[in-house]
Amino acid sequence: MAQTQAEIVPVLTQRTSRAPKEALQEWLPKLVLAPSFALILLFVYGFIVFTAALSLTGSKLLPDFSTWVGLGNYVRLFNHPNWITALKNLAIFASLYIIVCSVLGLGLAILLDQKIRGEGFLRPIYLYPMALSFIVTGVAWKWFLDPGIGLEHVMHSWGWESFSFRWIKDGKFAIYTIVIAAVWQSSGFVMAMFLAGLRGVDNEVIKAAQIDGASTMTIYRRIIIPLMRPVFLSAFVVLAHLAIKSYDLVVAMTDGGPGTATWTPALFMQKFTFGRNEMGMGAASAMVMMMMIFSIIVPYLYSELRGGRRS
Amino acid sequence: MLRKLLIGTMLSTALSVSYAAPSFAEEVEVLHWWTSGGEAAALDVLKKNLEAQGVTWKDMPVAGGGGEAAMTALRARVTAGNPPTAVQALGFDITDWAQQGVVGDLTEVATKEGWDAVIPAALQKFSKYDGKWIAAPVNVHSTNWVWINKKALDAAGGKAPESWDELVALLDKMKANGITPIGHGGQAWQDATIFDAVVLSEGTDFYKASMIDLDPAALSGPQMVEVFDKMAKLRSYVDDDFSGRDWNLASAMVIEGKAGMQFMGDWAKGEFLKAGQKPGVDFVCIRFPGTQGAVTFNSDQFMMFKVGDANKDAQMKMAAAIEDPAFQSAFNVVKGSAPARTDVSNEAFDDCGKKAIADLADADKNGKLFGSMAHGHANPAAVKNAMYDVITRHFNGELDSAAAAAALAEAVAAAKG
Amino acid sequence: MSAVSQDNAARSGTLARAVIYTVLILFAVYYLLPLYVMLVNSLKPLNEIREGNMMALPREWTIAPWLSAWSTAQIGVSPTGLRPYFLNSVLMVVPAVALSTILGALNGYVLTKWRFRGDNIVFGMMLLACFIPFQIVLIPSARILGLTGLAGTITGLVLIHAIYGLGFTTLFFRNYYEAFPTELVRAAQIDGASFFQIFRRILLPSSGPIIVVTVIWQFTNIWNDFLFGSSFSSFDSIPITVALNNLVNSSTGVKEYNVHFAGAILAALPTLVVYIVSGRYFVRGLMAGAVKG
Repeated sequence: MAQTQAEIVPVLTQRTSRAPKEALQEWLPKLVLAPSFALILLFVYGFIVFTAALSLTGSKLLPDFSTWVGLGNYVRLFNHPNWITALKNLAIFASLYIIVCSVLGLGLAILLDQKIRGEGFLRPIYLYPMALSFIVTGVAWKWFLDPGIGLEHVMHSWGWESFSFRWIKDGKFAIYTIVIAAVWQSSGFVMAMFLAGLRGVDNEVIKAAQIDGASTMTIYRRIIIPLMRPVFLSAFVVLAHLAIKSYDLVVAMTDGGPGTATWTPALFMQKFTFGRNEMGMGAASAMVMMMMIFSIIVPYLYSELRGGRRS
Repeated sequence: MLRKLLIGTMLSTALSVSYAAPSFAEEVEVLHWWTSGGEAAALDVLKKNLEAQGVTWKDMPVAGGGGEAAMTALRARVTAGNPPTAVQALGFDITDWAQQGVVGDLTEVATKEGWDAVIPAALQKFSKYDGKWIAAPVNVHSTNWVWINKKALDAAGGKAPESWDELVALLDKMKANGITPIGHGGQAWQDATIFDAVVLSEGTDFYKASMIDLDPAALSGPQMVEVFDKMAKLRSYVDDDFSGRDWNLASAMVIEGKAGMQFMGDWAKGEFLKAGQKPGVDFVCIRFPGTQGAVTFNSDQFMMFKVGDANKDAQMKMAAAIEDPAFQSAFNVVKGSAPARTDVSNEAFDDCGKKAIADLADADKNGKLFGSMAHGHANPAAVKNAMYDVITRHFNGELDSAAAAAALAEAVAAAKG
Repeated sequence: MSAVSQDNAARSGTLARAVIYTVLILFAVYYLLPLYVMLVNSLKPLNEIREGNMMALPREWTIAPWLSAWSTAQIGVSPTGLRPYFLNSVLMVVPAVALSTILGALNGYVLTKWRFRGDNIVFGMMLLACFIPFQIVLIPSARILGLTGLAGTITGLVLIHAIYGLGFTTLFFRNYYEAFPTELVRAAQIDGASFFQIFRRILLPSSGPIIVVTVIWQFTNIWNDFLFGSSFSSFDSIPITVALNNLVNSSTGVKEYNVHFAGAILAALPTLVVYIVSGRYFVRGLMAGAVKG
């Protein structure tokens, strides 16, 4: 399906007449957008300001602005071994998760795009994990990865005695098992995004390349995959969002264990705010987390929106 | 609005927006995490009792994280200004909420029914705040139990251990017999449950000094190093796959005879009974060796929130119904715990239950009844969890015993803030 | 279907096809493994699970766990199973999805066809809303719901879910409408069509695919939400995910894993149906939206 790139001309430059009806038409778009924007201003940015203030207090069970502690929570935060572990884990988890999901999603989409019989059957199989609540699928994963009752046990009972897969029991590797489960949960959705992207590629471009004698590999590497750049970026937004939210997954699989090896910032935030009655600390961790996210997302958004203007 | 939020004495204003139910009938809304299986069915007894008195029960169950999810929901409810009538709560959480000035007052019904005389003082510490009754205790779980597979015990000599040395000897024999001596799940709270018992086995004074009074010298001293050494010793009897295992799968190992024993609170009994096992015949319940005569407990209580005058009477009725000996017996038989009041007949209980009731009364009389650290009854949530971090890191080999004792004192000091 | 794949089909040999199918099927196995664990254990009596062989087929097949999860399992004080909670979730999900989708569509329309100074900043700020951790918005949201009298109502839940979905719905529609020919909008405007007429008659009729994408994304997220559902609902508005959690996560009760697995699959069925029914549109819809980044 070929798409002509529409030229974006701000429609509002059209305004010349000043009749009252037109004036209304002129304000109407902004009026339509206003409620959403106002809600976001309050419910997102207002609450961020609220959280910022909260992070400077010694709030315990509920917000308490009478106990001002300055940057004390931040100092304690960066001296807390669990927070340091959580940051390391986030780096490992988020980078692996986003990379593996994107590569796997693209790979599967390319393979599925080869006129595969039963595509309509395979696609929902790749997609369904997103529909299941992780409260329970986490248990299934935990069992499957448990050497005593899961995969290793089955391999041994099939006679492969030397088979060993006990990452979930090992503090050094447990975080990778969470990556495995997280990839399982959302790579199908990424696949669907790429599949849609592939189907949007302009056939003319490909035909021209084929006439020039380019091999299939070359066409994918040099033409099609570069065209997927916007999809990579969309996938990035969705995956980054899911990585931040991935709290229930950690709780269901390891609850931060073995020891404290699989703590993540989201787990830290939840446990301190609600489990340990240390709301001030929880707010400080949330602020640090958001600053990190925004420092990655804002430059991307900036370049994207600038790019959009140019085209 | 934002400014208001920021300056916010949030609660006082939140409460002024009173939540007026349009109905004239008496009702209680109950937030709890007894949400499935037998314990939820047991709670239905209370509901039926109240309905017989014309009080409607509105059920608001929220499970997860041993009450953490319910406490999260409670924060939202209180902040929004519509707290439930009654909320299941544990230990220091009750005190924390009382400090917010949002809880109700049960003194009237407590005085009328004479709770002071029948509820152990160690429980009253949590049920009362500022001299007023604010919560009605439902049960007493004791946490220093050992559940032993009878066959495995018989194969290893048949004598239940009464001291640390006997315990180690038994564990060695079980190991030699080719089973996993200790069925254990490597989750922070389960590690801490064993830790509780080991600390208590070092003496009640030491338990009180380290876990309740949080004395830095006791927390970092040589006795604490010894506790961690014993934890490391116990760790050597656990199978390699223990990490992350749910407590009930560890119970299943003991039930199936794959493991010799489990250190766990009395709720584990439910798993044994459900599997068709009989106390004394298929499994044995003893106190952790060295802690005989002492009990570490956690107690579920229904803490009452301030409600409009229309529902105050219903709230009192509910509190009275909770302390009704018939309910105390019926509920705790199912739950595996002991009644919260000491004058309830033990007739309906099995042997382990009878032992629990007798132990509880003794410990109460002799001043050896202590709140369990692992279950939030020895110190506040922040301190408890700071201890969890150290205990579980040590149990997983990240710290040696001396370093763990030092880290324990340090983490507690930081969490006390 | 793109030309390259057609030609591939013709050119690549049988061996290559076999490799492709093998890889695809291997991945299907990877995706299905946890479902296998859940299914076989949901069809076993509890004592077989207790024996510890989680991967084995049942020796004794039973559908009792499914019946229990559906209608007799204890959830809270009442032995109702999951059945009564589906309606609460539907009453919450449908308006929340509809509201956030309609607002997202209008926002996307304004942000692409009625551009104004600073529109990109507005869009950027709305998009950043996708990244706010829900834990930190819980307490202030509760405060606002309390002040507006919406605490503990389905309306309140709908509002909260709609607001925190706005970032995504706006993103999806904005990217979709960005590719829509602006000339058509301008022509209609010159013909005297109003703001809403243009939206209704020109953009909406060709928005089918992106509506489906948005609906699927929002439906999945709202249906599976636990934090808001448990905090902002009341005794008569408890959503299915909270009920499932109550069935599964009771801490000191006997854990009936077979019932839990059956319950989890039951609770996911409406979402799965949405996927399967709209799967074709889903892929076709994402194309136009996502490709434009």
